[in-house]
Amino acid sequence: MNAPLTIILTGALVAASCSLVGTFLVLRKMALLGDAISHAVLPGIVIAFLFTNSLASFPALVGASVVGIATVFLVEALHRSRRLYEDTSIGVVFPALFSLGVILVSVYAGQVHIDTDCVLYGEIGLSNLDEWIVGGKSLGPRSIWVTGGVMLFDLLFVLAFYKELKLVSFDPDLAASIGYSPMLVHYLLMTVVSITVVASFESVGSILVVAMLVVPPAAAYLLSAQLINMILIAIAIAVASSAAGYAFARSVDCSIAGAMAFSAGLFFLAAFFASPRNGLVARIVLRWRLRERLTRQLLLLHLKARVTVEEARTLQPEDLVVRFGWSRSRIDRAVRRLRANGLIESSGGRLWLTQAGKAALDREGTAVLAHR
Amino acid sequence: MQSTASFLSGSKASIPPLEVHDLTVAYRTQPVLWDIDLSLPEGYLIAIVGPNGAGKSTLLKAVLGLLRPLTGSVKIYGAPYAQRRSWVGYVPQRESVDWDFPTSALDVVTMGLYGRIGWFRRPSQRHTDLAYQCLEKVGMHDFALRQISQLSGGQQQRVFLARALAQEARLYLMDEPFAGIDATTERAVLTVLQDLRKEGKTVVAVHHDLQTVAEYFDYVVLLNMRLVAAGPVGTTFTQENLQLTYGGRLTVLSQAAEALLAQRPGVKEAEMK
Repeated sequence: MNAPLTIILTGALVAASCSLVGTFLVLRKMALLGDAISHAVLPGIVIAFLFTNSLASFPALVGASVVGIATVFLVEALHRSRRLYEDTSIGVVFPALFSLGVILVSVYAGQVHIDTDCVLYGEIGLSNLDEWIVGGKSLGPRSIWVTGGVMLFDLLFVLAFYKELKLVSFDPDLAASIGYSPMLVHYLLMTVVSITVVASFESVGSILVVAMLVVPPAAAYLLSAQLINMILIAIAIAVASSAAGYAFARSVDCSIAGAMAFSAGLFFLAAFFASPRNGLVARIVLRWRLRERLTRQLLLLHLKARVTVEEARTLQPEDLVVRFGWSRSRIDRAVRRLRANGLIESSGGRLWLTQAGKAALDREGTAVLAHR
Repeated sequence: MQSTASFLSGSKASIPPLEVHDLTVAYRTQPVLWDIDLSLPEGYLIAIVGPNGAGKSTLLKAVLGLLRPLTGSVKIYGAPYAQRRSWVGYVPQRESVDWDFPTSALDVVTMGLYGRIGWFRRPSQRHTDLAYQCLEKVGMHDFALRQISQLSGGQQQRVFLARALAQEARLYLMDEPFAGIDATTERAVLTVLQDLRKEGKTVVAVHHDLQTVAEYFDYVVLLNMRLVAAGPVGTTFTQENLQLTYGGRLTVLSQAAEALLAQRPGVKEAEMK
């Protein structure tokens, strides 16, 4: 397999599996827990390394997962003592474990060839060089096997527990009352997150892992109304980010993992601004339309009230500026629109309700504007 | 209705749907419920009434095993809750969940069936049909595929009610089903409650509106940290009992609780609600 394809595929597999489990972290408002786990597992990796002399081994995975689960447990325990908020608990636990890992690395520096830079930034660019060799025969890049295995594992997990994950994330009290222990599902998810994080970041570094756990699901959250769509969109964004990131890194010669994470950020920004339902632009447009319609409604009602007090044909747009504090352009837009609909007429700077406008207003009230 | 008859005559009662014995619940040092003894009759619409902080929601949560009581026990039709899960339907307070969650009304109602479906298995077409029927009963059939954030507060409340109906329980526990809803929803909720009563089901609902207690419910539990009174609305929902529940003067027990509190104040009372 050639280098670019290996790198992109590794990145895409990591990104997809992180987004898959990250979706549930985001929905459970625990996005930072993935971040914390990805740092806190360091002592687990170091201790496993001291026993096995291998960084990319099954024991390292187990050691790291155990510490990952311990992180979750400690955070829960601190939070449940009701003396700390949950985010504070996370903030206390993960530096404690991470620093422990850093101390272990430096104390055993002679034996441990762990480069903290490597843990943070990974070496995805070299992923095609490390081949998995069994019995003298190469089976291709090891990173593909590891990250592919993790993806499959996560996929099976979510498929098996989809209903349970959804229930517990949405309404833990109902879940508990009908016999689905939220704690059990919580720890299952956290175990899977730990395994995913640990297995992934040996291949790609923690920056990409932390980004992919949260950013694609967050973007997908803004774009979807159903959980299944959120998962699929998150995975699509994750895969697209890794391809776009690789191309970007190639063109400006920068960190590949960094560029992939950065691309995910750009996708998020796009969703944040342009999501048809929740995007900033959509919201601004909606608010603008509501305001414009309200202007027309008030203008109509005002004209109608004027008619009854025999002030017809005396009202000028300038009076409205004074009365409502509206800008002249806002009033002009409303007048243009209402004239086009035949509801009002204006001449010589004066405004009045047309017969048709009056009839429609009497008949339908301000609902008259709903379809005009 | 056999159970009704036995309740009215006071003769050989059937097993009560809900029995609470010596129940005391505290959040840390803050007592919320004190020594509650309660036995509720089958086939009635029962209101739990009391001031804010009286422990009404706490009582429901303790019954459902969502909180661990300091002392005491709860029995549902004569057995612990764990053995009676499928007999109990629950309508939590609407604010207890995040309505921005990416899911549809139909999905939420189907969740009421998860208890019956069990681990690993997927809801089948039969379950979906059932969920649709329950939405129909609360007038929400047309909104089945809407994302829940697109529903009004009253519609969300009806979705929760439909979910409880999907549980096909014998005892329903509802936390403020009438709170903050529109007139249409209020009628829908009331109709559902009356239908449940016709079917011989028991409904225990936390209710905040004293004006409508006598109109909507048959039986009332007056609660203010301790049990003030429980009985048929006609004889129990009296001025005197309400005075005892809401009146300015605290009862002896809650004074004791206050004294305890003053000694060892909780750290984050506000968060406990």
